[in-house]
Amino acid sequence: MIAPTTPRKDMVMFIVFAIAILTLPIWMAPLGGSYPDLLQKFAIFGLFAVGFNILFGLTGYLSFGHAAFLGVGSYTAVWSFKLLSMNILPAIFFGMITSGLFALIIGYVSLRRSGIYFSILTLAFAQMSYNLAYSVLTPITYGETGLQLAQYDPRILDAQATVEGGGIPLTNLFGLEMQGWPGFYFCAVVLIIGFYIAMRITRSPFGMMLLAVKSNQNRMNYTGLNTRPYTLAAFVISGIYAGLAGSLMAVTDPLAGAERMQWTASGEVVLMTILGGVGTLLGPVLGAAIIKYFENIFSAINESVLHAFFGFLPDFIENGLVNVASLFVGKGWHLTLGVLFMVMVIFLPGGVIEAYDRIRKRFFSKETRSSAAPQAGDD
Amino acid sequence: MDAIFLQILNGLDKGGAYALIALGLTLIFGTLGVVNFAHGAVFMLGAFCAVTLNKILTLSQRIRDESVTFFEAYKEVPYLEVWFGETGSTLIEYSVPISILVAIPVMLLVGLAMERGLFRFFYNRTHAEQILVSFGLAIVIQEIVKAFYGANPIPQAPPEIFAGSANIGAMLGMSEAIVYPWWRLVYLVFAGIVIAAVFCFLQFTTFGMVVRAGMMDRETVGLLGINIERRFTIVFGLAAVVSGLAGVMYTPILPPDYHMGMDFLVLSFVVVVVGGMGSLGGAVAAGFLLGVLQSFAAMAEIKAIIPGIDQIIIYLVAVVILLVRPRGLMGRKGVMET
Amino acid sequence: MKILEVSNVNKRFGGLQALDDVNLTVEQGHVHAIIGPNGAGKSTLLNCFVGRLMPDTGSVIFDGTSLLGLAPHEINQTGVSRVFQTPEIFEDLSLLDNLMIPALAKRDGAFTLNAWGRVDQDAEIRDQAEHMLEDVGLQDKRHLQSGTMSRGDKRRLELAMCLVQNPKLLLLDEPTAGMSRADTNNTIDLLKKIGERGITKVIIEHDMHVVFSLANRVSVLAQGHVIAEGTPEEMKEDQRVKDAYLGAGHE
Ligand SMILES: Nc1ncnc2c1ncn2[C@@H]1O[C@H](COP(=O)(O)OP(=O)(O)OP(=O)(O)O)[C@@H](O)[C@H]1O
Ligand SMILES: [Mg+2]
Repeated sequence: MIAPTTPRKDMVMFIVFAIAILTLPIWMAPLGGSYPDLLQKFAIFGLFAVGFNILFGLTGYLSFGHAAFLGVGSYTAVWSFKLLSMNILPAIFFGMITSGLFALIIGYVSLRRSGIYFSILTLAFAQMSYNLAYSVLTPITYGETGLQLAQYDPRILDAQATVEGGGIPLTNLFGLEMQGWPGFYFCAVVLIIGFYIAMRITRSPFGMMLLAVKSNQNRMNYTGLNTRPYTLAAFVISGIYAGLAGSLMAVTDPLAGAERMQWTASGEVVLMTILGGVGTLLGPVLGAAIIKYFENIFSAINESVLHAFFGFLPDFIENGLVNVASLFVGKGWHLTLGVLFMVMVIFLPGGVIEAYDRIRKRFFSKETRSSAAPQAGDD
Repeated sequence: MDAIFLQILNGLDKGGAYALIALGLTLIFGTLGVVNFAHGAVFMLGAFCAVTLNKILTLSQRIRDESVTFFEAYKEVPYLEVWFGETGSTLIEYSVPISILVAIPVMLLVGLAMERGLFRFFYNRTHAEQILVSFGLAIVIQEIVKAFYGANPIPQAPPEIFAGSANIGAMLGMSEAIVYPWWRLVYLVFAGIVIAAVFCFLQFTTFGMVVRAGMMDRETVGLLGINIERRFTIVFGLAAVVSGLAGVMYTPILPPDYHMGMDFLVLSFVVVVVGGMGSLGGAVAAGFLLGVLQSFAAMAEIKAIIPGIDQIIIYLVAVVILLVRPRGLMGRKGVMET
Repeated sequence: MKILEVSNVNKRFGGLQALDDVNLTVEQGHVHAIIGPNGAGKSTLLNCFVGRLMPDTGSVIFDGTSLLGLAPHEINQTGVSRVFQTPEIFEDLSLLDNLMIPALAKRDGAFTLNAWGRVDQDAEIRDQAEHMLEDVGLQDKRHLQSGTMSRGDKRRLELAMCLVQNPKLLLLDEPTAGMSRADTNNTIDLLKKIGERGITKVIIEHDMHVVFSLANRVSVLAQGHVIAEGTPEEMKEDQRVKDAYLGAGHE
């Protein structure tokens, strides 16, 4: 049984979501995560994952190259700061446009194949972008040093607005500087808008067609539907989301480096989406937040913290445990991430959202059980 | 002419590594239908077998340095040298080739463990899920290696007699300028031997026959009542040994670090695709071909015409192949063509 | 009036002549059955109509336009729908969604970027889907995931997905294969009912009971050849038909 959604249910979900995001600083405080740098990351990676889910979650096409669009968004935004203005709106606008165009080209070619070939094609394109960013494109990307702002950038639209004493001006929204909490609230609002749009897309005829692509392309073709433009549109939309996320990174911290485009970074967004729940609306945001939160906590833990934690145990046990645990924390956080990745795919391919659904069904719902019965005995 | 010959030589050793890794990858994909993103990590583990053995062989004792007379100085001398003198030093010098003997059983175990512990549960799941779980495994493996060996590359020396360069040009009566490091030559020969051994194994043993039949038509072979499961496990082990050995012998060419697996993984997937999914000959041919192409693209003359081509040539070839001939150079018609 | 005209169609698979100079005309509003032993080339012929296969030579004219060289979705948009030998449905989606998709395809064409409106608020499409579900008797399962249904139900759903598009020509590949007697009879009734809407049908069938209950005309295919054509009654008596089936090892 697939529970039908209604506009009302969706509206409730959306409002709860918006409130939850905007009040993050309050309710993350007891969890030790209430500072703008971290919460910004929630919003930015949440947006990235929401967009990625439009492609992977709805159509089933697994791209391993979305970090490239993120990188393109970042570079474009920084260039916009350098050349045009420290105002963030043009930066975001151009970041979305270039990444969208980039996605259009890569998607047009990659979508001629499906399944693992599609994954490898996107991977190949992302690697090409990454390698080029490090080599011949250095005039644009500044290679290993990365693209940064400089005091004497032209900034033709607001050249007069240089800081007294000659520093680099801060990124701003018509004068409101995007540092600290304003930076977070801006990203949060963008995430909420992005989430709303993703929700509309999912519930639209277009979204239904994307689900049909995932389910049975053959039937789609014989039903009179051309699958190619549907998948391409989904690819471009998710590329734009990635570009938007990339330009938001530049908004809060105006520099861009090629390492953002590495294919392992694409792997991270896949993990976020899976961890939360592929194909669900809330899942990707949740997955992004969980990963960024634990990354923050785990990488901050060092041996003395561990010793304090296991301190009540006899010394030899304590030392042993600390040795093992220290593999997983601090710089070893990636190990935890890898383990998490495997555990999720093996035991919970549906992600946190599915886990929650299962628990809820087990404890609260008799109705679901009785309606599930004819389903099983149907054949 | 000479320049071309030199570029071909330069490309071949890298091509050898690509070919060996891709061979393992194809073996797994062709027989088991599993897409293994952890295969690069296996290559890296092979390289670290060599590193580990070298570490063990050079375990040292602190002894008084007699040559310093002004004050009390100490130096580290490997136990092997203390105990066995010259023989000990020779053993240390040959640590890379000796690692082969160690790597074979170790990598076999790694392969078996991966298959029994993880991949057999994924035979019937989607390619996407296989990619994801093996990607996770690759991260785990490389992070563990990083925890033990640090993030910096660890150079390994080849034995003294292979240390210099061979003047191939003079030997073949061509320009004196054509010199080629001895160890790369060794690597090339080694790659050739391993590839030949794998092919002979598949061609001339009953086991190999079943595996080849399995690559052709998995279901039918299963129906014949042959215990295909157990053979698949062994194929996994074999694939791990092949790429592990590629890693061991590559250490004097490229100092191994924890993420070399990821770097080689993407490339070897590209190689597999270019060669044709499930075609062993294709994987080998494409490995060498792409290695050579890459070395040509790195020539100054070529780079002057198309800047940056050396960075993307392999991927570019893969994209073109996937678009115009999805089954790859030597893939069979109808195998994963969509 | 002729709605489908197939002339001199040939198709080879390697050494196998799967279709050998096939000629066939289907009259508007008729139910045209194609029968023949296993491997005769019946499914191959349908594949040539819907763009899954390209015949080596010959022409397929539907309602005045040539179907050859068109992509499957373009062929469907000209008014041809097909039921497959093994049901092709959207297994992950609910029955209602399964029916709304073809209805949308019919109304909005092969591609429309309507990414804003809510599809479940589209009254017109929803009504069509709900009515169709009632027609095939699946309305109680409208929110069920279609992949969890029995094979018989899947066939009915696939048929409904074709019918909701109100096609001019419906191609059915063994619509009752593997069904129980009761299900078969239900399907016959359903097909008779839609016959009243004047949809032309080409139906491949092994079950003679189905053929005689529905068909106006029968073509017999054997080894890629049309060996006989006529009314069901004529075909029943035809010696060539008996030989073809006996030769292929049938009763
Ligand atoms: N794509 C293909 N490639 C090669 N041979 C094919 C292909 N499709 C069908 N054939 C062969 O063509 C012949 C006709 O097949 P077809 O499926 O049209 O038979 P059919 O009349 O539908 O039989 P059935 O009653 O079993 O469905 C068979 O011998 C089949 O093996
Ligand atoms: Mg058939």
